Amino acid sequence: MIKLFSVKEKAKKDAAAANGKQQKTTAGELRVQKDISELDLPKNVSLRFPDGNDKIMNFEVTLKPDEGLYKGGAFLFSFAVPSGYPHDPPKVKCLTKVYHPNIDLEGNICLNILREDWKPVLTITAVIYGLNFLFLAPNADDPLNKEAAQMMQQSPAQFERLVAQSITRGCSIGGDYFPPCRGERSS
Amino acid sequence: MGLEGRWRDIDYLLTRQGNVVGPGFEPGPEIREFLQNDCRVLVVGAGGLGCELLKDLALSGFGNIDVIDMDTIDVSNLNRQFLFRMHDVGRSKAEIAAQRIMQRIPGVSVTAHHCMIQDKPLDFYQQFHVIVLGLDSLEARRYMNSVACSFLEYDEDGQPDLSTIKPMVDGGTEGFKGHARVLIPGVTPCFECTLWLFPPQTKFPLCTLAETPRSPAHCIEYAKIILWPKERSDDSFDADCEEHMKWVYEKALARAAEFGIQGMTYQLTQGVVKNIIPAIASTNAIVAAQCTLEALKMVTMCSTGLNNYMMYVGTDGVYTLTTPYERDEKCPICSAGVSYEVSPSTTLQQLIDGLVADPDLGKHLSAPSVSYGSTNLYMRGALEGQTRHNLEKPISELVDGEGSVIHVNDRKLVSAMKVRLKFNGTNGHMET
Repeated sequence: MIKLFSVKEKAKKDAAAANGKQQKTTAGELRVQKDISELDLPKNVSLRFPDGNDKIMNFEVTLKPDEGLYKGGAFLFSFAVPSGYPHDPPKVKCLTKVYHPNIDLEGNICLNILREDWKPVLTITAVIYGLNFLFLAPNADDPLNKEAAQMMQQSPAQFERLVAQSITRGCSIGGDYFPPCRGERSS
Repeated sequence: MGLEGRWRDIDYLLTRQGNVVGPGFEPGPEIREFLQNDCRVLVVGAGGLGCELLKDLALSGFGNIDVIDMDTIDVSNLNRQFLFRMHDVGRSKAEIAAQRIMQRIPGVSVTAHHCMIQDKPLDFYQQFHVIVLGLDSLEARRYMNSVACSFLEYDEDGQPDLSTIKPMVDGGTEGFKGHARVLIPGVTPCFECTLWLFPPQTKFPLCTLAETPRSPAHCIEYAKIILWPKERSDDSFDADCEEHMKWVYEKALARAAEFGIQGMTYQLTQGVVKNIIPAIASTNAIVAAQCTLEALKMVTMCSTGLNNYMMYVGTDGVYTLTTPYERDEKCPICSAGVSYEVSPSTTLQQLIDGLVADPDLGKHLSAPSVSYGSTNLYMRGALEGQTRHNLEKPISELVDGEGSVIHVNDRKLVSAMKVRLKFNGTNGHMET
């Protein structure tokens, strides 16, 4: 224990300590700076900061799967990093409408590390790899788009065809129109 | 002042020596005078803990108290936030709490601040001797932590400069469990040093919510996370709006019926959406009492302080455990960081090369990136192309001058390294 105050001296405090040279940053932002400076992205992923180089809590990621069913498509994601980062995970949405068992038509994504399995040691890089993986290995057991999941399980060949058609030329599936996936914001 | 004999027990503590007093304790009547006249304490939060804290501090001899809270009084607060009455509903918690304390405890001055903690400038927080936190979120704690740690400075030997330490006491409760904790920046761990202590919020997998809900909470989350943005994308959801909450409840109820899930109530909906944890008055009282005692000890040294974290569990009898948590020596918020001497005309590239070549610092660096506050001066990775042009600029153009603190990131570092720049006349590196 240390003695911080001297009552006898009326504990005068030097209010004008030589401070103020430290620009205000939150602990969450410091951590995002670290994440971004260490990003090691595969070639098929690109990142942009629509609000400028110094507003890094919001950014967009474009992913172009280089193998698997979704090869040929380009998918745009928005990342919003909350001030509670890295205690809280980044909020990620898929802005390109896609026929995928783990992504719904509103762009919600069922990826474990974005919710129940998020840990503060994980990074932005880890999330991007997670998204990449989702396109290489869609998982029909954890469906967010139930129709797509059922199709994938019951008629894999038909599913494959629909994916290929929707991402390259665009098509309607079960009443929903999927425009070609060119890394743009749908609707 | 006040009632005859009101300070008798406090005086026993403050005017007599003892075996467990803190270092440098000098008993005498001037300590109470200091407490009542000169000492300034800030209470952050005027809720369940805040009400208890204000009462305890005022009755322990603290004469000048400030309280800050952005919230207004809700009916559901009245069972435990005992400074508030039915007719106060809708009014500022901080203002009513301050009024009530001054009515009941003559001689105490309580100043209310009805605003967000982020609204106050650093100078505001600078004026207090000790800050006591009665908060319910990690986010607010982290903010107050960054405020308290921003005052901290270290001397040449890497020891914290005592006059720059802004001590805090933190209390927290969750049902029958609670904690009290002492934060002396530079001496005990700050919140960022021990971020892992805070449990993650329970989150359900989205696909469970969407396809296989099994509990009322699953249905409520589904209504809020999936249905709201889908059906009411023009409205931003407001948990304090009754109509919004009712809407979520109705949708959740329908979904529960569809899946044969029992036990959906409006109250539960509120609880899940607002992440409400049942608050228990006695837990608040116990934790606030401990926090007040720690504030009193910190200011007066009348007894050895808590080292540095106490947990309280009242679920099954009464259990407490005190643990001395350790600082993270590399904490980007409260650690000393390093001083580095450069000439103002040094370019950013030269600065980076100098850091890497430095016999001490260079050990932790291979390919550093540099930020100054929110400004990313040079970032490897995704922003390399956009920040490269800064490498040729002199450092004096990029920061605010002598004493500026930059953050250096590197793969070899667990977290950002704080570097305080000292400007010299010559264009050279740190001389030892």
